[in-house]
Amino acid sequence: MTENVDQSKRRMLLAATAAAGGVAAAGAGAPFVMSLMPSESAKAAGAPVEVDIGAIEPGTMISIEWQGKPVWIVRRTPEMLDLLAKHDGDLADPTSSIPQQPEYCNNATRSIKPEVLVVLGVCTHLGCSPTFRPEVSPADLGANWAGGWFCPCHGSRFDLAARVFKGVPAPTNLIIPPHQYLSETRLLIGDDDKSKLKGGQPADKGATA
Amino acid sequence: MMNLLKNLLAWVDERFPLTSTWKAHASEYYAPKNFNFWYFFGGLALLVLVIQIVSGIFLTMNYKPDALFAFASVEYIMRDVQLGWILRNIHSTGASMFFIVIYLHMFRGLMYGSYRKPRELLWIIGMIIYLALMGEAFMGYLLPWGQMSFWGAQVIVNLFSSVPFVGHDLAILIRGDFVVSDITLNRFFALHVVAIPLILVLIIVAHLVALHEVGSNNPDGIEIKKNKGPDGHPVDGIPFFPYMVVKDAVAAVAFLIVFVSVVFFAPDMGGYFLEYNNFVPANPMKTPEHIAPVWYFTPYYAILRAVPPLFGSQFPGVVAMGVATVIFFALPWLDRGPVKSIRYRGPIYKAFLAAFVVSFVGLGYLGLMPATELYTWISRVLAVVYFAFFFLMPWYTKIDKCKPEPDRLTSK
Repeated sequence: MTENVDQSKRRMLLAATAAAGGVAAAGAGAPFVMSLMPSESAKAAGAPVEVDIGAIEPGTMISIEWQGKPVWIVRRTPEMLDLLAKHDGDLADPTSSIPQQPEYCNNATRSIKPEVLVVLGVCTHLGCSPTFRPEVSPADLGANWAGGWFCPCHGSRFDLAARVFKGVPAPTNLIIPPHQYLSETRLLIGDDDKSKLKGGQPADKGATA
Repeated sequence: MMNLLKNLLAWVDERFPLTSTWKAHASEYYAPKNFNFWYFFGGLALLVLVIQIVSGIFLTMNYKPDALFAFASVEYIMRDVQLGWILRNIHSTGASMFFIVIYLHMFRGLMYGSYRKPRELLWIIGMIIYLALMGEAFMGYLLPWGQMSFWGAQVIVNLFSSVPFVGHDLAILIRGDFVVSDITLNRFFALHVVAIPLILVLIIVAHLVALHEVGSNNPDGIEIKKNKGPDGHPVDGIPFFPYMVVKDAVAAVAFLIVFVSVVFFAPDMGGYFLEYNNFVPANPMKTPEHIAPVWYFTPYYAILRAVPPLFGSQFPGVVAMGVATVIFFALPWLDRGPVKSIRYRGPIYKAFLAAFVVSFVGLGYLGLMPATELYTWISRVLAVVYFAFFFLMPWYTKIDKCKPEPDRLTSK
């Protein structure tokens, strides 16, 4: 009985069965794994956000929500922009060599228009949202403070281009999200793909509603 | 490499009965060699249990047990969660499939006398599983918070309020409120998701332990343990692993083909697996025109409706329905036949069993239909047949002309 067994045929059948079973198992697993991924409503919440920046006073900041996270938009004054260049020696990465920003924001002001800074308000240390401290030389932050953000969790400091200072826990500059101008005062946050625009409007505007 | 695994296994075996358990329940558990089609359903029930537990866990990740959000969260699973509709259809199809498999599994027991000595306790544990499953299905059906969820729960809970003296308070205790409400939904969720599944798993393990203690029955209804070979194993038995496992695997593939066909092509099964009214959010102000339980409860529901109110109380109907469910527990002691299997029973038992199947299926059908006068009378006749099968059993099994049982399993 046993000597008549065709071993190679048996091995082939075993391999074929295992392969078919593997494909079936992968297919059966798909809905379970896929259901753990962001749902359509979560994805809709992560869609690009349109914002009107016309009303932001110079020297102030607004905070909007994109993908459930705060995005800050600051209209910097000429004085603020002047001060930016004066403390490069205190910064960990003054030239933004680490790619924490899109290519078009890899400049001295880390922005498309020099006065308007768009930045993700999440500390690169452990994810707290730092506090906006635009005033110069306040008592608690010291004489060298030229305006910026201070993280209340672990004391990280960022300047008004959201660049991190040396000697604080945060390792890198804050992230600049992809964004683009739809018009002089209308910003689209979360999408910089110009090809998606149709007549000045984002193609997937319905998702943001 | 092999040596390392062997050493690891020896290390484990000194501390945990791994190899001995595997031998006792799989590789050296001897099952009768003449298992037929009807012996697939125990394994399939286990397969459906796993499907239900896994799909249930994933549904729980997106379901919200709150009367304000429950219905919408099910719709969210169906529309927004990626492939969530497959998970939901798997779980709802699995519920009906569970009962199909369990009813066939129980019918197998009736045919071949699997409840007879020494398997009385095995049968009783199985019946407890069946009751737990009914509770699990009933409570799960409330969770989508559709019209049928709400009114089904309303009707079933009100059955308890017909119990004399304590009924009213009993119904309030079950609901936790004066009507089926958010509170009821919350506790049914806890019971459906945590309590009953835990109990189910425990008693299913007990069912298997009891089975492996007494050994499987077979289509001939004779004890293979009475005829052991020189190696101490039954001569008419073959090891469960790999022989029965391979057989069961083929059945599982066939079953899954049917299962996924329903999931993808007919998840509501024409309104029998998922009732149309349940796609309407629960509305405590408006009862749907025709309400019927899901198909697996309808035989009992028909019996409930068949009994007219006595002394101004619904209670007799509720008792009849309750007795119809728990009478199965008494089966091992009602049956006085000299043989177990239908193969060697006389014509009377066969006729009674056939009549019982007709009454069960007929009542199931009538329970889905609106209660017209004609249907109610047919239900009464079928209910009498249903109970006659059990209550007359001690006599008709005794006087039946049985054939002699064989000494060895037959190959038919």
